[in-house]
Amino acid sequence: MSIPGSWFLTLAAVLFSVGVVGVLVRRNVIVMFMCVEMMLNAVNLTFVTFARMLGDIGGQVLVFFVLVVAAAEVVVGLGIIVSIFRRRVGATADDLHLLRG
Amino acid sequence: MNSILGLISTGPKIVFPSISYKAIGPEIILIVGALVIMLISSLAPSLKRTKAIGAMAFAVTAIALIDSIVLWSNFVSHGASRAIASSIVLDGFAIFLMITISSAALLSVLAGEAYLSRSRIGRVEYHCLLLLSSAGAILLASAGDLIVVFLGLEILSIALYVMAAFEKRNQLSGEAGLKYFILGGFSSAIFLYGIALTYGATGTTNIQKIASFLATNTVTSNGVLLAGIALLIVGLGFKVAAVPFHLWTPDVYQGAPAAASGYMAAVAKAAGFAGLLRILITAFPTQRLDWQPIIWGLAALTLVVGAILAIVQSDIKRMLAYSSINHAGFVLLGVAAGTAGGVSGSLYYLIAYTFMVIGTFAIVNVFEDSDTGVVPIERLRGLARTNPALALFMAVLLVAQAGAPLTTGLLAKFSVIAATVKAHSYILAVIAMLSAVIATFFYLRVVAVMYSKVPQDKVSESPIDDEEVLVFASGGDGDLGSFDRPEGDLAVLAPAKVAVARSLRISTEAKIVVGISILFTVGFGIFPNPLVHMADLAKLLF
Repeated sequence: MSIPGSWFLTLAAVLFSVGVVGVLVRRNVIVMFMCVEMMLNAVNLTFVTFARMLGDIGGQVLVFFVLVVAAAEVVVGLGIIVSIFRRRVGATADDLHLLRG
Repeated sequence: MNSILGLISTGPKIVFPSISYKAIGPEIILIVGALVIMLISSLAPSLKRTKAIGAMAFAVTAIALIDSIVLWSNFVSHGASRAIASSIVLDGFAIFLMITISSAALLSVLAGEAYLSRSRIGRVEYHCLLLLSSAGAILLASAGDLIVVFLGLEILSIALYVMAAFEKRNQLSGEAGLKYFILGGFSSAIFLYGIALTYGATGTTNIQKIASFLATNTVTSNGVLLAGIALLIVGLGFKVAAVPFHLWTPDVYQGAPAAASGYMAAVAKAAGFAGLLRILITAFPTQRLDWQPIIWGLAALTLVVGAILAIVQSDIKRMLAYSSINHAGFVLLGVAAGTAGGVSGSLYYLIAYTFMVIGTFAIVNVFEDSDTGVVPIERLRGLARTNPALALFMAVLLVAQAGAPLTTGLLAKFSVIAATVKAHSYILAVIAMLSAVIATFFYLRVVAVMYSKVPQDKVSESPIDDEEVLVFASGGDGDLGSFDRPEGDLAVLAPAKVAVARSLRISTEAKIVVGISILFTVGFGIFPNPLVHMADLAKLLF
């Protein structure tokens, strides 16, 4: 018995929504960053599921592009986070309040 | 080993497309140029602190610009074409934007050189990031496949995150970089989910195939497609800073070094709109009735909110950020019209804005405080007396942004509003004109500050905004301990920060940038025909 594709799509949608809510609600920069990564991986799951349902290899190839981009984003993102929070105690977004108006 | 080879030979046969290197020439030039500059600088470390690096970066952008112009002349004689399994489209639209983006890169290298010679950090890295990000923007402009749009967007954005956080001694710059990074990553993920849903509904990510699929089939899972389009609009809405997705813009433009902000305003906007126009108009012409109202609402909100919030700003970089939101609203008018006239109006607006904004930020860079990065509008007070030429140029660039006659700004605003009227959205046209009136006020306010006298009693005490800066830099939250200069030192310097002392340090590069911007803005304002004709030729290939 195979699991219908719509289950995977629903799981991906739930994961994506958890990621969105996480970015908007959580205040720790690292956790926000992890939530963005979770959103990207939910998209990967969607791509693979659609590729399977459509019988098209293209969707699976796209996942590799997304993985590479996500890796590049991690490098730059962690670099920026480290350079800022080197002088601070915790990585909390609420401490970043110099720019406003 | 044999079994593995057997597996490969029996698996699905992969057909490699023929690769036309000519079609991705500007991207190759910029990327190879960046790599060569990095290589040279690590082989000859003594060059790192000299202007030679800037000269090399300038040469690379100049070659990319020339290559784009060659592509344009090819296009004029042979017409539009597709390349690399139609994932790259070389139509007038793409090549016009290539020219826009490479001239923006060329000016920004010069403006960056003016900034770097003041700040003395990471000259090589700054120029290489700039070249790489403009390669991403050009890739996005010529993308014929949604995944290429995504790749271009990411190459552009990831380099921009670093450029925003570039001034590492300055807390605001780091904060700007982090905010840009989190929200940029967030919007990219949303955009990508849009691509995934569109792929699920249509079975392809190629823009041309999506359009032909939607033209010949009735989509059964209409909800998936509509959600996909909505997510694509939200994702790109973040990148072009359309209200209500604009919240990162003021923080990032204020915190980033002025030279980087100017580049960001010009190129990120041009590239984001390239994606928006290409996707909505060529991939989803059949869904026009679904996306047009959304863009209509975004345009109206962006025009009004950008103009109103710009009025209350006291930092000029932050004011220009809100003004850039207002400009995004005008370009959205062309998108909302969705006609050929709307597209060429948007393109004309983007190239005009590119030159105006880079010139303006190059002047702002002169007044930027090296330690805090802030530029209160008050710092420009009395500039007309101390440096009349600079004040005049700044005034011209600002009134051009407001849409004054004899500049490209007027025709830019006119062409998008005319397209809106032709598309029968009269209410939107009225909103646009009203917001242009509001916008005139805050541009003229800066001009008025520059042409007013420095009150005699104020010279003795420090200007009000500098006092705020002091609180900022010395007190803050008590976590700025790493400032090595004592608090009193800054307080002593504060009165000297009036324009009188600063106006003397204008580098040659900054003068060239401002000169080119003024020439372009006024030149094509007085003789508009060549540029208008070019924008008319720049059509999307369906």
